[in-house]
Amino acid sequence: MLKANPEITPKQGLWARFMAMPLDSAPRTIAITVVLCLLCAMIVSAAAVALKPQQTLNKTLDKKVNILKVAGLYEDGIDVEATFAKVEPRVVDLATGKFSSEVDAVTYDQRKASKDPESSVRLTNDPASIKRQAKLASVYLIRDDAGDIERIILPVHGYGLWSTLYGFLALNADGNDVYGLRFYQHGETPGLGAEVENPKWIAQWPGKKVYGSDGDVRITVSKTMGPDADKHHIDALAGATLTSRGVDNLVKFWMGEQGFQLFLENLKKGEA
Amino acid sequence: MALKDKSMLIDPLVDNNPITLQVLGICSALAVTSSLKVALVMAIAVTLVTAFSNFFISLIRNQIPSSVRIIIQMVIIASLVILVDQVLKAYFFEISKTLAVFVGLIITNCIVMGRAEAYAMKNPPIPSFLDGIGNGLGYGLILMLVGTIRELFGSGSLFGVQILETVNNGGWYVPNGMLLLPPSSFFVIGLLIWAFRTWKPAQVEKRDFKIMESEGSH
Repeated sequence: MLKANPEITPKQGLWARFMAMPLDSAPRTIAITVVLCLLCAMIVSAAAVALKPQQTLNKTLDKKVNILKVAGLYEDGIDVEATFAKVEPRVVDLATGKFSSEVDAVTYDQRKASKDPESSVRLTNDPASIKRQAKLASVYLIRDDAGDIERIILPVHGYGLWSTLYGFLALNADGNDVYGLRFYQHGETPGLGAEVENPKWIAQWPGKKVYGSDGDVRITVSKTMGPDADKHHIDALAGATLTSRGVDNLVKFWMGEQGFQLFLENLKKGEA
Repeated sequence: MALKDKSMLIDPLVDNNPITLQVLGICSALAVTSSLKVALVMAIAVTLVTAFSNFFISLIRNQIPSSVRIIIQMVIIASLVILVDQVLKAYFFEISKTLAVFVGLIITNCIVMGRAEAYAMKNPPIPSFLDGIGNGLGYGLILMLVGTIRELFGSGSLFGVQILETVNNGGWYVPNGMLLLPPSSFFVIGLLIWAFRTWKPAQVEKRDFKIMESEGSH
């Protein structure tokens, strides 16, 4: 089998000589592998390129649905794009607490920006364990018919037990009353930490106040009730101490000085 | 359909099931069976990948040098898996979010490679294709069985529809949280294998060795 076939003469074409080679000979092995790899690479990249627009559409749609859900505007079967027209995406410079027009608010990707050293800062005081924080943050404003701000939706994220939890916190126009909190992406333990999605637990958030009368962040997720529990206390999840602590940390972080506190103050004064 | 073709599709369901008899593809069966919807999509994805990888590999089986055959099989399987992943992301976004990395891990599912190596390398394309479908269905059957048990008792629902009202939502059923965690499917699959082998004793493997009677007393 390994000997060259004596019936093949040099007169015959290159192809015939190639086909006459034993399967396991080096040229044939290399040729087959290369051809197959090229073919597969072509098919895979063609599919990736062709399906890319649809996939990006899905991702943005998913984000919009989540924003609408936390804003209380979502019902099954609504036209997401039409409803989302009520939501005004803006970008806030966290250092100054003012709106920024450096980037396009509609296409700005805060998660991507937080990975780029150019557009983010490494945190030294990092209770939410997010390592890097983007300098600019997306916020979503919902205005009533008169054009006044009705709700403010702020993206929050931080580390729980196993994973980073991503969610939105919705505040009423005064920047203090919680309208709702929702996590749309996390990898916490099903049945324990993943209960952050439980409707009954989420229902504790609306009506709570983020800041105390002295302006400090007072909202707490804990097992025990502190002072003014009715205003600031969220009961921790049973059996999920570390996830609850993570939620507590991330809400405090994003509502605090390193997060949106300055912006909310500016917004109240009308200087954002 | 010829009798042989039919048996190729039905055999892997019970008599030659890839999970309970061959004990292949266990890892993904642990991960994706906590809800039925995800298990169903995974089953369909694996069936498609196994069928088409068998088909294409069988098509070129006479041209594959045996020294690199595993690599060539992997290239074909990996390409198909990426295709499935991309299509899911484009048209079944919700489900692709829950499946996340597990679709990519079909590449390492032993059933796909196992059928390519054991069957497609030696048989013509059409039977190989059917063999792939049959084995995918066999895998899917177990996935659905395990998924039904885990979702029903773990979260009190089937396909996301609440059947047993859980305590958290004001009902009476205290869900068994352990069933939602991956180790529980080890127990469920183990019990299933036990049940299958009690039903079909022919599946019980012969002992590899016999324990010697000890001589004298200690």
